[in-house]
Amino acid sequence: MSAPVLEVADLRVRLETPRGPAHVVDGLDYAVGAGETVAIVGESGSGKSVSVLALLGLLPASATVTGTASFGGRDLLAMSEAELRGVRGNGIGMVFQDPMTSLNPVLSVGRQLTEGLLAHGVVTGRAAARARAADLLADVGLPDPRGALERYPHELSGGMRQRVVIAIALAGEPRLLVADEATTALDVTVQAQIVDLVTRLQAEHGTAVVWITHDLGVVAGIADRVLVMYGGRCVEDGGVDDVFDAPAHPYTRGLLGALPARVDAQRGPGRRAPDLVAIAGTPPPPTELPRGCVFWPRCPVRGDVRCETEQPPLVRVGGTDPRPHRAATFYGREIP
Amino acid sequence: MSGFALRRAAQSLVVLLGVSLAVFALVHLVPGDPVRLALGTRFDQATYDALRERAGLDQPLPAQYLQWIGGAVRGDLGVSFRSGEPVTALILERLPATLSLALGSIVVALLIAVPLGTASALRPRSAVDGLGTVVSQIGISVPEFWMGIMLILLFAGTLGWFPAGGYVPFARDPAGWLHSLVLPAVTTGLVSGSVLTRFTRSSVLEALSAEHVRTARAKGLGPRAVLSWHVLRNAMLPLVTVTGVQLAYLLSGVVVVEIVFAWPGLGQLALQAVEARDYPLLQGAVLLFAVVFLLLNLGVDLLYGRLDPRIAA
Amino acid sequence: MSAPARPAAPPVRVRPERGRWRATLRLLLSSPPSLFAVLVLLAVVVVALFDEQIAPTGFNEVDVSDRLQPPGAGHWFGTDDLGRDVLSRVVLGAKVSLQVGTVAVGFSLVVGVLAGLLAGFYGRWIDAVLMRLMDVLFAFPAILLAIAVIAVLGPGTTNAMIAIGITYTPVFARVTRAAVLGVREQVFVRASRSVGASDARLLLRHVLPNALPPIIVQTSVSLAFAVLAEAALSFVGLGTQPPAPSWGRMLSEGRGYIDLAWWIAVFPGLAIVVLVLAFNLLGDGLRDVLDPQQRSALEAARHRPGRRRRAEVRR
Repeated sequence: MSAPVLEVADLRVRLETPRGPAHVVDGLDYAVGAGETVAIVGESGSGKSVSVLALLGLLPASATVTGTASFGGRDLLAMSEAELRGVRGNGIGMVFQDPMTSLNPVLSVGRQLTEGLLAHGVVTGRAAARARAADLLADVGLPDPRGALERYPHELSGGMRQRVVIAIALAGEPRLLVADEATTALDVTVQAQIVDLVTRLQAEHGTAVVWITHDLGVVAGIADRVLVMYGGRCVEDGGVDDVFDAPAHPYTRGLLGALPARVDAQRGPGRRAPDLVAIAGTPPPPTELPRGCVFWPRCPVRGDVRCETEQPPLVRVGGTDPRPHRAATFYGREIP
Repeated sequence: MSGFALRRAAQSLVVLLGVSLAVFALVHLVPGDPVRLALGTRFDQATYDALRERAGLDQPLPAQYLQWIGGAVRGDLGVSFRSGEPVTALILERLPATLSLALGSIVVALLIAVPLGTASALRPRSAVDGLGTVVSQIGISVPEFWMGIMLILLFAGTLGWFPAGGYVPFARDPAGWLHSLVLPAVTTGLVSGSVLTRFTRSSVLEALSAEHVRTARAKGLGPRAVLSWHVLRNAMLPLVTVTGVQLAYLLSGVVVVEIVFAWPGLGQLALQAVEARDYPLLQGAVLLFAVVFLLLNLGVDLLYGRLDPRIAA
Repeated sequence: MSAPARPAAPPVRVRPERGRWRATLRLLLSSPPSLFAVLVLLAVVVVALFDEQIAPTGFNEVDVSDRLQPPGAGHWFGTDDLGRDVLSRVVLGAKVSLQVGTVAVGFSLVVGVLAGLLAGFYGRWIDAVLMRLMDVLFAFPAILLAIAVIAVLGPGTTNAMIAIGITYTPVFARVTRAAVLGVREQVFVRASRSVGASDARLLLRHVLPNALPPIIVQTSVSLAFAVLAEAALSFVGLGTQPPAPSWGRMLSEGRGYIDLAWWIAVFPGLAIVVLVLAFNLLGDGLRDVLDPQQRSALEAARHRPGRRRRAEVRR
């Protein structure tokens, strides 16, 4: 396997809140290979979105980010704002959750597409930018791409808007596309179309994808590798088959238990996946993380003396060497 | 015209009808005989009869109203009880001074509000923000006429930079016009600017927190492009409407400031009409103010519809 | 329907009881600007109540030999063109300002709230007629409407109160109507209706208390505007008549001597600013505490063009 497109090591994000510092991301490691899809899964508040926003410097200035994130041989976290600007929308494209709000309502679609192209010098001149923008819209499957340039976001359906957002993200031909809950706000049938679109574009352009979601159905359909986050930490990661076939962490088991059947999941995200409510309780607020294992207060199998005092290390529980299957639990082996 | 525009226009027309009735009633609510009151000691029977005849006061009320409103629509607001000149001519003569002042004020207000409000929103709780809050809070609490007196005291008296009052028509001397306009325009502009500063601040703050701003940053746009196209562009939309409404208030707010600066505008005219009990003149001035006020509000709503693609659709 | 004298189970009441009001007051006073505003207003009220005791001289004690004296030991705020003590006149003017402000706003409050309650509660033609009437009043720029009313009634303190009261009535009607529309359909209203409460009882016991927060906020803001309006009317000679002391009147008299004696115009102006500022700060504080969603009038103006915007921004 060639060098990964993105390699994140010991990523930590601390936000200052009125109730004290919140360790929203607490030591995260992962790598994304070229053309690979990595899914980051977790409940809302697990730190999954923050962990990617932090890479591009899109968090509020009050956030403290440490660790390294090597992208194309350079550390994103050590870059200046100006350098980061060269990466945003160029090396890394982002698709956000709600296309109702992630597009500017008072600017035309064409304007919002071309400004990125012009900022990065992908093309020079208005006319060239508009031609390229129309190509991009055609690429993401918008009917009448030329006409769509003149439209405003509110004139498009939710699915069409999300296609526009994807076109914007792909405008700079990025090597990595980050989709942050990109299908959550959409209708079920539209969700499937958007997933298919991203999968197709990924195949055509060889783009690596980080797909952030709480929808395990989507994960099963498209991901090569999965990273399960809980309370700002990675509790389990590995190849999608390893994790789905032999989940090692009680939390992952709980999540998968909420899925009707694996077969069903493999058919893709054509239905609304169950929200992750099969586990009793709610995630801890990031200002009040428990001392030991972050999951123990909700853990159905807790009982080890170390649970409440020690953080279980992320250890290998299976998989093969370039793609180990790891889990952070004291019960990795014992659970049948 | 869209349904929204039609509805808004129809609504304004209904209100306008009510306004005309209220203004018409003005003369008839006065206890006693308005013409006799207006003439006062200058009373002579011939003038009295002529004025009553001209004002149609001997006819039944509905006929009087129809005659008055019919004239008003054609631009004939009757004749002044005092000077016998057509009211319309008297008003037109005063219009440029008031328009100059209102426009000058709104320019001053925006020059204060947009930079100060934006800077406050970009750095909430900073020194600039604190300054903006204090300035705008005091600004809306200061009576305009007192502000005018203080500015005269400082800039006309002590420093002697600007005239203490008087209006120079633009057509006669553009430089003198500007020179005479500075103090009165700053006076009302400071007060309006305070209102607009608070509004700009909240408007920009809201635009800043919008999610599309994050999208814009994620595209790799520079801070200036993000600020101007994705924050200010959105924040200015509501500011346009509030500025329009402020302009409407300015047209009346200048009434008192015109007195301070001996500014021969409509406000001064209206006050002179009150003092002279010149009811046709007062009716004309009040009607004009109300119509302009209504039209500005209507125009602002319609303009907003054009500027915001979400409403235009 | 013959209603039982007392319903068996009292309907749910959302009206905050005494403890809630006390907590609200404590919250209000915990904000420095509001505390400042309350202290200033208390001070002004005390000055207005005991003005004769506080003022060093009577309001019209002319002493021409002592005219146009600058501020100093004998006259802290100096003397005017007739040798009257400016400090005394500022102190005595407080009563006029407060009186005109409170009576005028009291008028707006009673008439406006009543109109708003009826319009919001009954809807249909009552709503249409009352609110169109308010629209017409609202179509006149504020100060001009007051001037027009005075043109009919004649100048004077009482007529200024009426004129200002009429001018600010529509704002109260709109604020109240909006609040009533908000609470009208709430469960408790329907619940008490079903046990046979009369309309008047419903309005006074259930609808009005829940519409109170925006009305209270509006009252404070309107007091600020009313004090400004009284000063403006007196300034142009249509309000309080000489020789009675009024801050606006003093400004217009002091204006002529501005080159000779700045203090005649400066001190009454400062008095207006302090009083108006206190009412404005109190209004902001009350809004934060009572009615956070409403935010400031200016902020409420966002987005949708319409009525709401013009409520409150008036001056």
